[in-house]
Parts: sequence; structure tokens; C-alpha cells
Amino acid sequence: MSDIRFAAATEEPAAVRRLLIGLAVAGLATLVAAPLLVVFAEALAQGWLAAVTALGNRDAQSAIRLTLLIAGISVPLNAAFGIAAAWFITKFDFRGKAVLITLIDLPFSVSPVVAGLCIVLMFGTNSLVGGWLVASGHPIVFALPGIVLATMFVTFPFVARELIPVMIEQGRAEEEAALTLGASGWRTFRTVTLPNIRWALLYGVLLCNARAMGEFGAVAVVSGKIRGQTATMPITIEMLYNEYLSVAAFSLAAVLTLLALVTLLLKTALEIRHADQLSATHRH
Amino acid sequence: MHIEIDEISKAFGPTAALTPVSLAIPSGALVALLGPSGSGKTTLLRILGGLEFPTSGRILFDGADATGLAVQDRRAGFVFQSYALFRHMTVFDNIAYGLKTRPRATRPPRAEIARRVTKLLDLIQLPDIGARYPSQLSGGQRQRVALARALAIEPRMLLLDEPFGALDAKVRKDLRQGLRDIHDETGLTTVFVTHDQEEAMELADLVVVMSGSRSGGRIEQIGKPADIRARPATPFVRDFISA
Repeated sequence: MSDIRFAAATEEPAAVRRLLIGLAVAGLATLVAAPLLVVFAEALAQGWLAAVTALGNRDAQSAIRLTLLIAGISVPLNAAFGIAAAWFITKFDFRGKAVLITLIDLPFSVSPVVAGLCIVLMFGTNSLVGGWLVASGHPIVFALPGIVLATMFVTFPFVARELIPVMIEQGRAEEEAALTLGASGWRTFRTVTLPNIRWALLYGVLLCNARAMGEFGAVAVVSGKIRGQTATMPITIEMLYNEYLSVAAFSLAAVLTLLALVTLLLKTALEIRHADQLSATHRH
Repeated sequence: MHIEIDEISKAFGPTAALTPVSLAIPSGALVALLGPSGSGKTTLLRILGGLEFPTSGRILFDGADATGLAVQDRRAGFVFQSYALFRHMTVFDNIAYGLKTRPRATRPPRAEIARRVTKLLDLIQLPDIGARYPSQLSGGQRQRVALARALAIEPRMLLLDEPFGALDAKVRKDLRQGLRDIHDETGLTTVFVTHDQEEAMELADLVVVMSGSRSGGRIEQIGKPADIRARPATPFVRDFISA
């Protein structure tokens, strides 16, 4: 009788476990870790000095500044729009809600290049609005506003998509309770709604930020790729690579990757630091 | 506070929730809105609290028209079915919320808020749980904290939506008495919604039996528990209270 072994119903034999874990690790290593390492290896192929010199180039500097500026404008705006949209969709009943949700998802299904073309068609020199804007000295296409618009279009769903399921799950009762206790709508939002969604919001903002800095397709169409003016980091990387300047291209790529890694680390650090609150509100 | 409900009806889009109902609630009474689901009892309670507005009809508080009064200005202590405690705040902060949210001119000083919260924690017989979060409380404790939070704003009336719905039988009995005691102590006009006829009969001074139909919820009978038991006004009431 002593050699009977009770296994949990959900436990698999050791061989199966090892195989599955091995597959996952191998997949991660070849698809994610190895390419990341290659980026850094290529950037440093001719030593630190070459990489740093490449980054000190005026065009590279301008690309980094432009990308940070675009993320700095479009992420807060999209966070605000995302919160407003999620609030509207989850706290009120109205006709056409399904249509609105589909509309929010639209940027996920439309190719970024098509999105870029739409902006060119709407605001380009040949359009009514665009012609007037160019004439009055505020061009949209091939300038910063166009790039911001394209970035915002592509990254629009991230925040709302994170918030909607969380807010649906939480319902309206806590907000209603705050109102009956005398709180104004704005105070209710600040002291009840926002604290309840902060983790989902942070996650959405980080995803939105990563995509905003990395977006290529839509920005490539509207930016005109003017070096030192409208070339963002991804676009500059592509141009440098096409000119066989691989150290410069990969150095810039490494910086872009580092920016993404920093946001990920930030998120992990926050999660560790607020683990108790996270388990209390059991979301993200 | 005396509450007068005058021909109130409510429709959600094409769906009728309440046919015109009228009801007078005397000051200081403990009233049960009793009925099956779909009888509009929760809708009526939410209209009293200002969380819904009626499609037609009027509400009078102490004779003054309060039909369009904003939820914040009603001073109605509302206890929600699932309690709706703020999950990111401690019990203390939950109870203090209504006082802290007042405009500066009428907001009590910090020490006074703390004193009142402590007094309310004593009233609900949970003096030591101020620092805990709602997720660390049992169902019965949550219900009592929700009651304390509603009482903190010095309400003119107390409205409770299925206050004992999510609790087991033993806790229910204790809390029933607890609500009765708090009502008798504060003298607040109290309205609670229930689908449990035993609960309504045992606890309330006045029972309002409601029924639902395709044309919306309606009031079948209003009376003291003993009178309703002795003389059910309609076949629906007879069936419902014998169930």
C-alpha cells in the first residue's frame, strides 16, 4: 500500500511538464531574447565609442527628441480619451453602445499604413482643409501634428480596452454610494473611480506608450521622412539600415529597446511595491 | 421625516418598471417594501434616494417638493445590496467619506470626524475594525459598516436595498435586531426592500406589498403586518404571504 502515490487532479507527469516548460523557454529564447541580444550585439559590434558617436549624431538626437515629444503628447491625450470613453461606455446605458465599442477597436483592425493614408487624404495639400491649413502656415501632413495624429489613431484603443472590462466588473454601485454620501461627480471620479482603475490604467498607458514610440507604418506615410525634422526613431533606424550604417541603426534601435524595457521594469517595480493593494483589488 | 409618494411612475425606455404608485410614509416609521423580483420595489427605493428620477409623479419630503432634488442634496443614507464599500479605503475612511466630502464651511474638523467615526463603530458593535479593508471583513461586518457609512452623513432617512440578502440565516437574525435597535435609537424614517415576507413582517411597522406585471410594478396592499396577515386585500397578497 505504501507505494500508492496521490497526484493532484491537475498535475501532469514529470516528463510532460519538462517538455512543456522546455518548449516555452525555447520559444521565448528564439523569438524574443535572441533578437534582443542581437540588437545590442550589433550596436556594440565596433565598440562603445562607435555606438555613442552614432547616437551623438544630430539626426539621431533629433529623432530621439521627436519620438519622446510625440509619446509625451499622444499618450496623455489618449489616456484622457480612453478614460472618458471607458467611463461613458461602462457607466451609462445608451443606444449604439456596441457601435461605439467597435469604433474604438477599429485602429486595431485597420492597417497603420491605411490610417496614415487617410490622414494624408484628409489633411494633405490637395484636400480642402489641408490646403487652407498649409496656406495659413499650419501644415499637418509632413509635420509634427500629422505624426501625432497618426500615432494617436494607432494607439487609441490601448487605454480604453484595458479599462472597459475592469470597469464593467466593478459596476456602478461604489460610485452611486459616493453620490448618496454627498460627493460631486468629479469628486466621485477622483476618489472612487480613479483609485479603482489605477492599475488597469497604468498598464494601458504603458502599452500605449510602447506602441507610440515604436509605431512605424502610419508615421512613415504622414511624416515625409525629413531627416532631422520629421524622422522619428523607428523611421531613422530604417533609413540608417538601408544606407548600410548598421552600427548607427542598431545603436538607435538599442536605445528604443531600452526605452521599452525601462517602462516594463517600471511596471514590474510598481507591481512588487504595491503587491498588497493589488491582491486586495485583484486586478493587474 | 415624512415622505409622500404621489403617483410616481417609472419607465426604462419601452419597459415599464412602476405603474403610478402612491404611498405616505409617516415620520420615524420602519417600512418594508415587499415583493417578488420585477415588482419595482428597488426602483421605488432608488427614486427615493435620487439615484433614479421618476417618469411622472411627485415626491414630497416633509411637504416640500423633492422630485428633482439632486442625489447629493437628499441626505438619504443608502445601504446597497452588495454594500458597495470603497474597496481601496479602510473601514475608517469608508465611514468618514461622507463627512470629508462636505464643503469646507460645513466640514467638521479632523478630530471631530474621528470622534464620530469611532462612535459609529461602537454603535455597530465593531469598535476595533477601523484599520481593516473591506476585503478583510465577513459579510455581516460589511453590512454593518455600510450602515455606519450611511449614518455618518446624519441622514434625514435611511434606505436599504435587500440589506440581509447576501447573509446566512443566523447572521440575518442578529442583524435584523441590529437594524431595529439602530432605527429605534436614531428615530430615522427607514425604508427597506426585501423579497422575504417573514423578514418584512417581523421587522417593519408598515409593510407595502408590491407585485409585478407587464405594465410595471404596483402596490397591492399597505398595512401593519398583523392586518396584512389577517386581511389580505388581494389574492396576490394571500398567495405571497402564505408562500
